[in-house]
Amino acid sequence: MGFQSKGCTLRGTGDKMTEIAVLVKRVPDTNAQILVSGDRVDLSAVKWVMSPYDEFALEAAMLHKEAKGGNVTAITLGNADCDKVLKDAKAVGVDRIIRVWDDSWSELDSNQAQSALANVIRDLGINIVYCGKSAADTGAGSTGPGVAERLGWASASNIIGLEFEDTGVEAMVPAATGNARTGVSLPAVISCDKGFCKPRKPNVKGIMMAKRAQVEVMSSDIPSSSVNIISHSPPPKKAPGQTFEGASEVPRVVAALRNDANVI
Amino acid sequence: MSETIVIAETRDGELHPVTAELVSAANNLGDSTTIVVPSTNDAAANSASSIAGVSKVIACVGDCFAAYDAASWAEAIDSCAPSGVIVCAASQNGKDLASRLAARRSISVVQDVVGIDGGTLTQPIYSGKAMQNLSLNGDAAISVRANTFAAAGDGGSAEVSVMNQSADVATAVREMIAKASERLDVAEADIIISGGRGMQDPANFANLERLADTLGAAVGASRAAVDTWEEIPHSMQVGQTGKTVNPSLYIAVGISGAIQHLAGMRTSKYIVAINKDPEAPIFKHADYGIVSTWEDALPVLEAELKALLG
Ligand SMILES: Cc1cc2nc3c(=O)[nH]c(=O)nc-3n(C[C@H](O)[C@H](O)[C@H](O)COP(=O)(O)OP(=O)(O)OC[C@H]3O[C@@H](n4cnc5c(N)ncnc54)[C@H](O)[C@@H]3O)c2cc1C
Ligand SMILES: Nc1ncnc2c1ncn2[C@@H]1O[C@H](COP(=O)(O)O)[C@@H](O)[C@H]1O
Repeated sequence: MGFQSKGCTLRGTGDKMTEIAVLVKRVPDTNAQILVSGDRVDLSAVKWVMSPYDEFALEAAMLHKEAKGGNVTAITLGNADCDKVLKDAKAVGVDRIIRVWDDSWSELDSNQAQSALANVIRDLGINIVYCGKSAADTGAGSTGPGVAERLGWASASNIIGLEFEDTGVEAMVPAATGNARTGVSLPAVISCDKGFCKPRKPNVKGIMMAKRAQVEVMSSDIPSSSVNIISHSPPPKKAPGQTFEGASEVPRVVAALRNDANVI
Repeated sequence: MSETIVIAETRDGELHPVTAELVSAANNLGDSTTIVVPSTNDAAANSASSIAGVSKVIACVGDCFAAYDAASWAEAIDSCAPSGVIVCAASQNGKDLASRLAARRSISVVQDVVGIDGGTLTQPIYSGKAMQNLSLNGDAAISVRANTFAAAGDGGSAEVSVMNQSADVATAVREMIAKASERLDVAEADIIISGGRGMQDPANFANLERLADTLGAAVGASRAAVDTWEEIPHSMQVGQTGKTVNPSLYIAVGISGAIQHLAGMRTSKYIVAINKDPEAPIFKHADYGIVSTWEDALPVLEAELKALLG
């Protein structure tokens, strides 16, 4: 049964194979303590993982391939330390793993990083890109729409539902008044929230394959940076709060919210 | 000398009040502020012209603004907006648009700005576990979180110029699935009252909803509440894998204060915690902590607020 349903949906967009890419980023584990030493964060002791939403993007890319055929390329931008997230993607079955980097680069700003990613995606002949809605380090949510704009493509962000169609996808996009069931034609960039799929776990064979897999490294021209990072600092310390014992103290808190804090 | 362009935040074609906060942010950054108001007509632009401290209002009018579509919005707004630093709201669409506009102009984007001091912008990184301070050397698009700046007053009378735009939409809304409830979204609210696993039963959230109605607040939840009870939708979740909020007042009820929950709400201006466990980590972050069960505390809170707010 599974066989048949697969057989009749194997065709991609027109005659062209669907070329699927997923962007995966290496970030500190979300449980990691982030220390600032001097005026920069000190990440020397953190555990590194694939950014959590990228796991959903990766699963979406694999499901897309299973539904419509094509190849999945996992792409990361970063130095050789980032090979591990590509191997993690390989272990769940992506076809190709590419790291975008040039040894003359150090930290790239959004303009530089997006340009590099967009150039590589264009060169690879990709027609759909999945990425996370935001990376756990930046929290920005800039990359998906930014890469799409650079390529002149459609984009849908923060999606919470996904159906695959022959010439595009139907994404569920949260809006102020509800959820919008939205048709998106290829080429497109889709940035994924969680919840619409369950990321698969690698099996032993996948892990063995990933060990042997070769990471391809690609470079690109990039613009110059227009932001200067001055410093990192710990989050502002709040004045210590007050604690009250028991429900009978609630009126004092309400009075403070009214008179001191001015918020009600 | 330097021009700053605010992209107005709108909801259903109407100007969102956060736009006046963006004007304050822009006036902190540059000498002259223009507001671009994307809409299907010029009504919202006319209301923007009364915001104080604005030198010019551009009504960017086009059919593409009927529903959010990143590509056509960016194209149409880009052709209306002069060059300079672009300021958007750090809302879901505002951040998306800031990214598109920056990419279109090949400039950088700086999201979730929570402070502007001279030329230094501050944004949270690692979900607020650290702050990044940066300066711009050139144009950029930035998004500014709500409640970072006091709203500019009114009394302005900037001239409105209308620019008609047409851009092809790249995505099409096929169906709107309206929210089950009319409740305010946590991402939109200035006061949030959230419940955690300590609420014990989803039915008990009705207590929070009544309070929310009195306060004009939204109801949020911890992940444990969302994961445990089907009745509590993910859209209510605050935290690392939920929504990031920055309200004036955040009331956490029966929430322990795990680091991933704090990631979503620690920048709230005032935090009230109601928890029966005096050792709960949330108390370390609360301005006002109440050690009590919610069963005892909420009825008193409700009575007090009703007396105060009617
Ligand atoms: C990758 C990752 C991402 C995550 N993302 C999020 C996220 O986005 N948002 C989030 O919230 N969590 C997130 N979590 C989960 C987080 O670690 C906690 O498990 C969760 O926040 C706990 O929710 P809680 O405080 O409601 O429940 P609990 O930790 O079980 O706390 C319940 C609290 O209620 C109190 N209580 C019990 N009964 C009463 C009563 N009658 N009256 C008053 N108080 C009472 C208890 O003292 C306790 O402090 C994430 C975890 C991971 C690993
Ligand atoms: N350096 C990177 N390498 C690969 N993918 C990235 C990189 N930076 C961002 N992305 C992708 O873009 C998403 C959003 O990142 P951000 O715009 O930083 O919030 C991430 O979840 C990734 O899918």
